[in-house]
Amino acid sequence: MTRPRPGGPAVLLGALSRRRRHRLAPTLLLLLALAAMGGAYTAFAPTPQAEASNGLPSGSVDAGRELFLKNCSSCHGLNAEGGSDGPSLVGVGAASVDFQVSTGRMPAAQLGAQVEEKRSQFTAQQIADLAAYVASLGPGPAIPDESELDLSDADPARGGEIYRTNCSMCHNYAGSGGALTEGKYAPSLRGVNPRHIYEAMLTGPQSMPVFGDHTMTPEDKRDIIAFLKTTEDEPSPGGATLGKLGPVTEGGVGWLVGIGGLIGCAVWLGAKAR
Amino acid sequence: MSDQQHSGPSGARTEADAGTGTASGTGDRIQAEGVTGSGDVQASGTSHDALVGDEGSGAPGAGAEGGRLVERAGHDGELTRTWNNPGLPSHVYRRSDVDQKAAQRREREVATFFGVSTLGTLLFIVAYFAIRPGGEDILEEVSLSTKLLGLGLGLALFCIGAGAIHWAKTLMPDDEIVQDRKPMRSSEEDRAAAVEAMKEGAAGAGLGRRKLIRNSLLGAMAPLGLLAIIPLRDLGPLPAASLTGTWWKAGRRVVTDPTGRPIKAAEIPIGTVIHVQPEGVENASHPINERAKSATLVIRLEPDEIQVQKQLDWSVDGIVAYSKICTHVGCPVGLYEQQTHHLLCPCHQSTYDVTRDCAVIFGPAARPLPQLPLDVDEEGYLVAREDFQEPVGPSYWERG
Repeated sequence: MTRPRPGGPAVLLGALSRRRRHRLAPTLLLLLALAAMGGAYTAFAPTPQAEASNGLPSGSVDAGRELFLKNCSSCHGLNAEGGSDGPSLVGVGAASVDFQVSTGRMPAAQLGAQVEEKRSQFTAQQIADLAAYVASLGPGPAIPDESELDLSDADPARGGEIYRTNCSMCHNYAGSGGALTEGKYAPSLRGVNPRHIYEAMLTGPQSMPVFGDHTMTPEDKRDIIAFLKTTEDEPSPGGATLGKLGPVTEGGVGWLVGIGGLIGCAVWLGAKAR
Repeated sequence: MSDQQHSGPSGARTEADAGTGTASGTGDRIQAEGVTGSGDVQASGTSHDALVGDEGSGAPGAGAEGGRLVERAGHDGELTRTWNNPGLPSHVYRRSDVDQKAAQRREREVATFFGVSTLGTLLFIVAYFAIRPGGEDILEEVSLSTKLLGLGLGLALFCIGAGAIHWAKTLMPDDEIVQDRKPMRSSEEDRAAAVEAMKEGAAGAGLGRRKLIRNSLLGAMAPLGLLAIIPLRDLGPLPAASLTGTWWKAGRRVVTDPTGRPIKAAEIPIGTVIHVQPEGVENASHPINERAKSATLVIRLEPDEIQVQKQLDWSVDGIVAYSKICTHVGCPVGLYEQQTHHLLCPCHQSTYDVTRDCAVIFGPAARPLPQLPLDVDEEGYLVAREDFQEPVGPSYWERG
């Protein structure tokens, strides 16, 4: 009489349990744990909101004033005159409001080295109202309209030239972003709405300087955006991009993986066979 | 070093099944050889003199057990330090030496390595013929082709090496073998013959007698050094003024880089930074050199933020211009933080404070960035009032 064979899961568990003292088990477990952590982080990390189209609603100054008093005045003052925690908003223009609020940077969650991008709290209509209110306080750059963001005639090659002279030192040669001083940083430009890139150049948010229309014309700005959008989905013929961060990551991988692998081989060569 | 000589019979292979016997008797041998053997570990110690009771007595020191340091005075009075050789550790057998099944398993592992290498070669060949980049998505095809070719080649080469090493380590003989080192010194006859040949040669040349030949030879060889020095003249002209001056000069317009547009002072918003070049730099005789030296950063501050009088004097309505070349080792200083007015060099994090005439506030740079005096022409465009008043870029020897 044959013994009844245990079912599938039991066999698997039994096999696992028998091999739990295998010398590769800790390594395998570590790899599994790392993969699980990474996966969980990707799943739960906050992702910026999907970007709205350029066709923005028109805003109302009165509704914007209401929203301003409720959400912004504690730092920027009741009349947007500024305070100890926030600058005056007179003359910053609608472009600045649209950039700061629709990328979720404003209202700021906390005052740190840098106010970070997050999910916007407001609808497109509310942002338009706020922008209209702030624009009514004093003349400033307006939100670029669709014709200013039309990239069909833009020249990515020329944009690349301008980008490398004017932008790449902070935002990296491929738009991957980079570190500044004391915890500040230039954010990555990949996947950013062209309107927000345009508004950032126009208004110079936070650490970023202003690139006004007279020294960097709307055409220049469109070319830069076209360059960024072209390089964004460019395949990498040389293999893995390693985040396009430049020599630091490439050197890091070379040292850790390359030289680490060589050291591993050398240890194996020198180890006594059993 | 040469203590290998004492481990076991000279030049003999240590038998695998007699691994423990090799150390026996070596201690005696050291003592017997005394200090005359060239292969002995000896040191004419000075610091150990005190340890020897009666120098020159010729009495051998006490023999020691395995691995212990022995001190004694030799027959010529010289202090000798000897290690008693412990011999080789006993031979450890591998699993494949004692277990036929284990050996067969190792054999299969080695064969697997070689098999994977064959697969890698096949992968390379298949990938080479299957992916011929040239279609619409050429970059993606090149990317895939590169990766597969690299993977195939890597597997093919690595697995041959890994298999060979695994084979050598687990299956090939691993007996410990001792080989004596040959003495470095030539035999006495050879040494005497060499000295004789030298003496004969010197006597034949007669350098001591024929003074004229000797002196004229010295006279011919001494100026040979000049031949190495004189051609240095062709190393090129000295840099002259090219280190101190740039393409900027009085009245030359400031234009945007790389778009080449002149800039109206009134059209620059506060907080702006513009990367600029002097107008017409592309017409210079060495445009690339001149562009490299003339790279300048125009920044507009609130005039009351400027804290240095000279900086204010050389500015126009809060618009200041500074050389973009770091005074440390010449990287382009391009990271301007609008709120802190810090200008940061990406290479070594030298940080300049723009409100204080670009004084160095952090990092390895030794002196502030040179300021370009600005003016506006009658049409309102920004122009240089004059060239930089000090050399731009890193310090150099003659700069002082």
